[in-house]
Amino acid sequence: MNTQSDVLPESSRESLAIAAAEIPLTRRMYWGLRRELWENRAIYIAPLAAAAVALLGFLLTLAHLPARMRRASTLGPMELHKLVAQPFDAAASLLMATCLFVAFFYCLEALQRERRDRSILFWKSLPVSDLTTVAAKASIPFVVLPMLVFAINFATQFLMLLLSGAVLAASGLGAARYWDQVSLFPMSLLLLYHIVTVHLLWSAPVYGWLLLISAWARRAAFLWAVLPPLAIGALEKLLFNTAHFAAFLGQFLSGNGSEAFATPHSMPTDPLTHVTPIRFLTTPGLWLGLAVTAACLAAAVRLRRYREPN
Amino acid sequence: MASIEARGLRKAYGSKVALDGIDLRVEEGRILGIVGPNGAGKTTALNAILGLTPYQGELRVLGRDPWTERDRLMRDVSFIADVAVLPRWLRVSQALDYVEGVHPRFDRAKAESFLAKTTIEHTSKVRELSKGMVAQLHLALVMAIDAKLLVLDEPTLGLDILYRKQFYDSLLNDYFDRNRTIVVTTHQVDEIQDVLTDLMFLHRGRIVLHCSMEEFESRYVEVMVNPEHVAAARALKPIHERQVFARSVLLFDRVDRQQLAALGEVRRPSVADLFVAVMGTFVSNPVGQTKGVAP
Repeated sequence: MNTQSDVLPESSRESLAIAAAEIPLTRRMYWGLRRELWENRAIYIAPLAAAAVALLGFLLTLAHLPARMRRASTLGPMELHKLVAQPFDAAASLLMATCLFVAFFYCLEALQRERRDRSILFWKSLPVSDLTTVAAKASIPFVVLPMLVFAINFATQFLMLLLSGAVLAASGLGAARYWDQVSLFPMSLLLLYHIVTVHLLWSAPVYGWLLLISAWARRAAFLWAVLPPLAIGALEKLLFNTAHFAAFLGQFLSGNGSEAFATPHSMPTDPLTHVTPIRFLTTPGLWLGLAVTAACLAAAVRLRRYREPN
Repeated sequence: MASIEARGLRKAYGSKVALDGIDLRVEEGRILGIVGPNGAGKTTALNAILGLTPYQGELRVLGRDPWTERDRLMRDVSFIADVAVLPRWLRVSQALDYVEGVHPRFDRAKAESFLAKTTIEHTSKVRELSKGMVAQLHLALVMAIDAKLLVLDEPTLGLDILYRKQFYDSLLNDYFDRNRTIVVTTHQVDEIQDVLTDLMFLHRGRIVLHCSMEEFESRYVEVMVNPEHVAAARALKPIHERQVFARSVLLFDRVDRQQLAALGEVRRPSVADLFVAVMGTFVSNPVGQTKGVAP
């Protein structure tokens, strides 16, 4: 019946059996991430596109740069700093806003789409646990996107500095006075701090909630994620005419990690002396939020395991 | 060693019972075909075996509890749950990369050599392939995994007959050996009749027939009865009777062959005919009171 059954010679089959011992967790995580990036190319295309837009906008303003710098010679140091730093802040803000959008919609789809297209039956036929899968998916908003924003922002701002320096040097003004106002490394470090505190740690429960809804909802994940909080807020307003719940949610949604900075709503170019990591880390709200995040992710793992394939 | 061992396997969705206390033992090296009408509990049984759904009762697959050890079990078990579960955005090369990346028993060279026999391009996305090609791709991935148990749930649904034939031919010639076990459900029973070593009928969450193919062939006989012998044949209590070209075809269970040969033309019944006969007795008799068909 099976005349050609042993396509593999015995020896190679044995060596395969030896190699079959174990696949390390890091490798399974790596391939889990690769899978997410194959499926959701917006994760890197969107920030790159945002960076391209920021660079293009900056290029267009470069024509007027020498004239503006000449006029700026009468300005005080504060005004000069504002004039120079403003495009850099704008580029960083555009990138961060793009990534927030990408993270939001990625999380809503992350655990729902594989059930909708039934491909979960393929993924579950492979030796990868639900925990590993959810961890790989969660690391997109928690690790990959923040790192991407940081790296792409650094490259973008570096290019902006080079371009502006070249234009100023060509016009005979010299780039020194301009470059004095922008210090790339402290600026980038501050942005990293801002991303980690405000976008990552402080907003973590938002992503946890979105991933949970994604694992739970059969369809219309967006409505399930958004409407119940709105309904609770509206009910509170109607019954008690207060808005505590809305305020409570608002502080997570707005990324208002004001505890992380001495000046509220500080921009990324503020000097590093304004950061207050100790105060940030001792805020009870932060730890409450992280606990909620952990609970949401644990529930998402359980849901992925229990949800029937169809 | 038994590949699959179940005792009192039960699963209910609310008040609807999908599996009603199944006892089952599948030995290593067997090819078991599970046949049943829609809603009989086939997919539920397979889902339980694959660790995709929680259940009541005892179940061991390759000595493991599939519900608590799914990811560990999947190193030794492969399955094709349906024709269309490969994600449509996946490229063929990505599918190979991913399975190679996460599966310790995947032999990429083997998968590549299977694919080389098809017209599937490495750069194609699943959404660009025909249904038959997707099935070929999935089969190539699964056959390159050195698994002990392969579970196939309607693996050829919606494919044309050429692909279906090719599918089972590859499975038998290039994959199956005495160390592997295959469990397959399908509606095209007759096509895999010669492939199977064991046969099982499920109906409303219960096993109504479970026998080896040798047993099937020795127990069941179909006779195209000569018109003058119809009354005599009916007296031998056939389990089913149908009319073909105005002649009576009767199906017998455990009746002497010599005796039957005198009544007309004796033939080997098809699994589909037996299935119709067995299900017929269940439709005409209330569940639980049927005797004589179940082993």
